[in-house]
Amino acid sequence: MTIASLKKGQKAIIGEMNSDDIPLKLLEMGCLPGNEVELIQIAPFNDPLYLNINETYLSIRRETAMLVNVELIGNE
Amino acid sequence: MSKQINVALVGNPNTGKTSVFNALTGLNQKVGNYPGITVEKKEAVIRLSRSLKAHVLDLPGTYSLNATSLDENVVIELLLNKKDKDYPDVVVVVSDIENLKRNLLLFTQIKDLGLPTVLAINMADRMSRKGIELDIDALEQKLNTKVNLISARKNTGFQELKQSIIDYQKISLEPCLNASSIDKSYFEALKKAYPSQDLYKLWLVITQDVNFGKTNRIRIPAQDELKPKSDAEIKRLQQKETIKRYQFINATLKETLTKDLALATGFRASIDRLLIHKVWGYVIFLAILFLIFQAIYEWATYPMDLIDEGFLFMSKFVGQHLPDGMLTGLISEGIIPGIGGIVIFVPQIAFLFLFISILEETGYMSRVVFLMDRIMRKFGMSGKSIVPLVSGTACAIPAVMAARNIESWKERLVTILVVPFTTCSARLPVYLIIISLVIPDERWLGLFNYQGMTLMLLYLLGFGTAVASGWLASRLLKINFKSYFVVEMPNYKLPIFKNVAYTVVEKTKSFVFGAGKIILAISIILWVLASYGPTDKFAKAEKIVTSSAEASMLSEEELETEIASYKLKHSFIGYAGRAIEPVVTPLGYDWKIGIAIISSFAAREVFVGTLATIYSVGNEDEQTIKSRMASETNPVLGGPLFTLASGISLLLFYAFAMQCMSTLAIVRKETGTWKWPMIQLFGMSGFAYVVALICFQILN
Repeated sequence: MTIASLKKGQKAIIGEMNSDDIPLKLLEMGCLPGNEVELIQIAPFNDPLYLNINETYLSIRRETAMLVNVELIGNE
Repeated sequence: MSKQINVALVGNPNTGKTSVFNALTGLNQKVGNYPGITVEKKEAVIRLSRSLKAHVLDLPGTYSLNATSLDENVVIELLLNKKDKDYPDVVVVVSDIENLKRNLLLFTQIKDLGLPTVLAINMADRMSRKGIELDIDALEQKLNTKVNLISARKNTGFQELKQSIIDYQKISLEPCLNASSIDKSYFEALKKAYPSQDLYKLWLVITQDVNFGKTNRIRIPAQDELKPKSDAEIKRLQQKETIKRYQFINATLKETLTKDLALATGFRASIDRLLIHKVWGYVIFLAILFLIFQAIYEWATYPMDLIDEGFLFMSKFVGQHLPDGMLTGLISEGIIPGIGGIVIFVPQIAFLFLFISILEETGYMSRVVFLMDRIMRKFGMSGKSIVPLVSGTACAIPAVMAARNIESWKERLVTILVVPFTTCSARLPVYLIIISLVIPDERWLGLFNYQGMTLMLLYLLGFGTAVASGWLASRLLKINFKSYFVVEMPNYKLPIFKNVAYTVVEKTKSFVFGAGKIILAISIILWVLASYGPTDKFAKAEKIVTSSAEASMLSEEELETEIASYKLKHSFIGYAGRAIEPVVTPLGYDWKIGIAIISSFAAREVFVGTLATIYSVGNEDEQTIKSRMASETNPVLGGPLFTLASGISLLLFYAFAMQCMSTLAIVRKETGTWKWPMIQLFGMSGFAYVVALICFQILN
């Protein structure tokens, strides 16, 4: 599963990042293996996504979100 | 003489770095550009102590030393170049208490360059409200530097920060991350090849080639043990570096920072719910746009009228009180109206920047980018293109520069290409006078004024064309690009009045002096061309007109007008105008309009002034120009020159044509080639000509 498949309010842990198309800037913002990601909101028309990664709030497009593997954290 | 040191302010965007700069330096700051590029450079000299002064430089905001834009590149260029006169003796990294973790990434990178680096943590006043506690002493120990809590809003902590700067030589230069740990064998080979160089600096020189291909850096030559890495390999290593840095940061903060997460997010969530709501989000955005337009086109008219009258008065005053002669003519008819033509836009530009800087300071702009991205992408642009497109309604020059924030080169180029279609304020005087001539001042269904509706349609037309041509351009442009879009969603903040005021003053100033120079030059040239002629018909105009048959029938005033228009006809500009007449006749114009259009290529707003000069109207009262224009007859078709057909044709021409030298110049600067501005010039103007032609031929 990737960030793109999260539902609003769901939290997950970022897994291995293997794609070369992931921009370095996203990593620098704290999107790194082991960190927590929460999907805060989805923009109208289903794109982009508003995330909280490692305490940084940012928005990325769905196509980038699909490159980042995650593992869902229980409950919500 | 007291000693002076160089201090550089570095920090992530949205950390309030510029307010820290303002608080540190006050009013004695100087704003300019870095040589050769249009990145804004802010600097100031301040006194730190009796014997020490500091030159403080506010570097562009960046998230890391891996530059992805021209602005960010300035930071790395300076920090890698010891010979630069601004090379810092000490760096102050400004960070924001709520995003300390991310902010520390840049801090560790800069500290690893071997520079004394002070950490200034801004927005300390929010700590207790957000449930944040920080052990400063422990943090200083972990980071091996001075840490200062400051608040630009409350103006606290600056004495301590200054003291840290004064004591910069005491700061440890030890790096946070051992660069070799990124790739042992590679870095050891590097060290062997360049024993005297700092490893992390070398690494940056190598990697910036990958991130920022535009600058010509010296490639590290391949050697036996030092095989050059492929771009993909380098990117891997950069990822590894980032991970290692965050490991260090997480370990550091774990022992020094505690946060009550519930307190930190409640306010943001409830405002976000409204501002990026799928219906209310757009409604609020439209309402804000409406407010901006209202301000630019309604509230700004009062100061604009005052400015207009003021310059008219000055012109007259000079004309009457200085001795007659060439110089007086140049001042009262050339230079003063020329400067007036620039200053009149100050209220609109100031209002625009006022709103834009408030929207940015509060954090709302990022929400708009988020809301609009999906829609704008359909038209080959990015959510970030909204800022340039909105700014374009005041002036295309700052708008083209605002496109710099767009990461993807293709989306940025498309935005730059289409921005000049949006209705800039320079078109407004042209629209207003033509509309008042050809559109009836009546109401439709007793409700909507036809003139007002026409103006609104022209705005929609401009925006619509921009968006449609964006769609077209994105399909025509064959640029391979990786779309990428990472936008920080900053916390909501009340704007700091001082910051907003500084921004408004600076931007307005740079508009007046930047665009102003060209407009002024053109109005002087125009005046000269209209005041002199190649043949002696010009010099003898008075004699020729007075001795002609009808002259005796005219009153003195009418005679003067007649002489002036005869002179104009035989001036340089008159000959030029009649040379181009065949080109503009099919559009329904006469040679005078042709000249006004030609001179408009310098700047559109010159149109009204040019017609004023050309129609030889003694005073520049708009009503007089208007009635004068209304009485002009069409030389080919007979009947009034300004009819519905020629008027609409002229409006459309101005809506589409690329008539602004300053915009072309800035597009050249931003894209690095003349190709794109030339495409704009010929593409837009050609399109304008064809549309105006068709429209006139159908309506007439």
